[in-house]
Amino acid sequence: MTATDRFRALFEPRGVVVAGASTHPGKFGFVSLHNILAAGYEGKVFGTNREGAEVLGIRTVPNIADLPEGEVDLVFVCTPAAANPDLLRACAKKGITAAFIASAGYGEMGEEGRKAQADLVALADELGILLAGPNGQGVVSPPAKLFAQIVAPYPPRGHIGIASQSGNFVSSFENYARMTGVGVSRAVSAGNAAAVGVPDYLAYYADDPETRVSLAYVESVGDGRAFYETMRGLAERKPIVLVKGGATAGGQRAAASHTGALASDDTVFDGMARQAGISRAATVEQAFEAAATFASQPLPRGDRVAVVTTVGGWGVAAADAIARTGLRLADLPGDLRTAIDAELPPRWSRNNPIDMAGGETRDTVPEVLDMVASHPDIDAVLFLGIGIQSNQAALMRQGPFYPDHGLERIVGYHERQDARFAEASVEVSERTGKPVLVATELSVAAPDNPGPATLRAAGRLCYPSAERAVVALDHLRRRARWLERRGLA
Amino acid sequence: MPTLSEAASKELLGAFGVSFPDERVVATAEEAIAAADAIGYPVVAKLGGDAIAHKTERGLVRLGLGSPDQVRAAAQSLLDAATPEDGEVHVLVAPMLRATRELIAGLAHDPQFGMTVMLGVGGILAEAVADVSFRLVPIERVDAEEMIDDLRLQPLLGEFRGEPAVDRAAVADVLVALSEAAGRRPDIASADLNPLLLVDGRPIAVDALVEVRA
Repeated sequence: MTATDRFRALFEPRGVVVAGASTHPGKFGFVSLHNILAAGYEGKVFGTNREGAEVLGIRTVPNIADLPEGEVDLVFVCTPAAANPDLLRACAKKGITAAFIASAGYGEMGEEGRKAQADLVALADELGILLAGPNGQGVVSPPAKLFAQIVAPYPPRGHIGIASQSGNFVSSFENYARMTGVGVSRAVSAGNAAAVGVPDYLAYYADDPETRVSLAYVESVGDGRAFYETMRGLAERKPIVLVKGGATAGGQRAAASHTGALASDDTVFDGMARQAGISRAATVEQAFEAAATFASQPLPRGDRVAVVTTVGGWGVAAADAIARTGLRLADLPGDLRTAIDAELPPRWSRNNPIDMAGGETRDTVPEVLDMVASHPDIDAVLFLGIGIQSNQAALMRQGPFYPDHGLERIVGYHERQDARFAEASVEVSERTGKPVLVATELSVAAPDNPGPATLRAAGRLCYPSAERAVVALDHLRRRARWLERRGLA
Repeated sequence: MPTLSEAASKELLGAFGVSFPDERVVATAEEAIAAADAIGYPVVAKLGGDAIAHKTERGLVRLGLGSPDQVRAAAQSLLDAATPEDGEVHVLVAPMLRATRELIAGLAHDPQFGMTVMLGVGGILAEAVADVSFRLVPIERVDAEEMIDDLRLQPLLGEFRGEPAVDRAAVADVLVALSEAAGRRPDIASADLNPLLLVDGRPIAVDALVEVRA
């Protein structure tokens, strides 16, 4: 059985049963059922409850044995640890091939718990059940409208596959997905990772057509060599963005050598990540933004970035940010300068950053974006200045003079323009196969502004600052180089 | 863990392609003069032996010896400085190389990831600067090239104070050779090439220390 077959029951189940469904709205057995139903899961949903009580309109059954044959692939387990071995045996008889164990009381609970966990792993193996968890927060699969998770939120559908050793970071990433509109293909909290760990989920994502990029949070990697070998193989096929928490379980280092004295857990981990082709992010936020960029933008074929801006200062700050990375500010090609001269009054910067200096008219922004992105000597474009006019328009719309004094007309114009600029950035990027990133703090300060809102609806990240856009783009360029240098591009 | 003498460390790593200066191992002050005559002045003299790991800390390195008399005096004082714990000792005579830049390279065992190869900015500030890059052994040439790119002090690797830019291919050769040595000699516990002097941009390991598993 391939990884894809094994994981299909977890991420694309035909039916789900919540074992330990509860009438108490504070219990996992209620919350998980609630979330599965609320997200609109399209498969059949069942529950078990000792009294056979009705929960959220579901007629539960006292035992798994009471379920129909062959209609359920996944059991979401909220029952106490002691009850779970018999539960799994009953599940296997019904043809259930995946179990997500939310129950605690395993490896995190001392010697006895570790033994219970080892026994459960052995039993699941014997029964042919894929065992996720235990002590995890759940599994999410928007393509199947599956939200078997005991914490909010349900993320929009997209192409980021998430696996985390911390359940709460799964929900953090899902919150970012909701906020930015760059959605999720699959998400899973590995819990104690008794049988299935983060690398196993990433191996599934590498084959999963719904997933374009894996996003992982790890604290420990166990056998470092095995982790490296697995990641190296997977990174050749799909980007892996990883954020690492905590120090590794490093033992004593040999102090006799200078080389050993210069080593630290973090420097060695960092070198391993680079060697394996992992995109290691410094923070959780940066990790999400890098993953969102991999999910929604093509890889740059070179390091030459053009900054297109409506305001000089932003361009300068963006150029500074570029200088701190492996990217570089492109030399503005002469023919491109001449072409832009025809679009703008002479006060534009005539250099990169391309500061339009307020000289733009109705069609200038889409046309300049097109010219710049289409030029063979430009590899990526950063556009700054979207949404400013709509921000003023919002003030006018809410002010005491609207819609008179010509305000209705101008407000509508500005809002259409910013939406159009956002659309142009996407269209130009898709047509040229080059990344075109758009940044403005309005994506956070005024998320309903038509500029950021249009990008969000298109499934693209509107970066909260030029600096953050540049850092994300640098992750893409590093990966592109890693692939190119190994003949994998 | 036992260490090899500088000369034995260089022989071991040299077999895998790490390049070292033209140097001689001698037993007496008179032989040291003959070696210096052959190499050309000025020279460096160091006391060597399997039990001698950190020569600089013990004052067992004499630099800038410009004449046969200086070589004789230095070699004799080094041999006199040997203690019974040092076991069998010798004097290593090497050309006095001048460089304003130095790197450090080596092998170290990581408790989680196993044997690693390292490149860093060297010199007395190396540990404070901590500009280092590691990879897991074995590395490919492309990994070695990326290790050089990883260093933060890139201006140090360009043209510098009238010296040419660093020969990156030659530095990559050293790293690949170290990785090769670790792969073929699993008894190597660690190795230091410290310093890896950049002489007219070319990396030359003027000292080597290999630690072996007993």
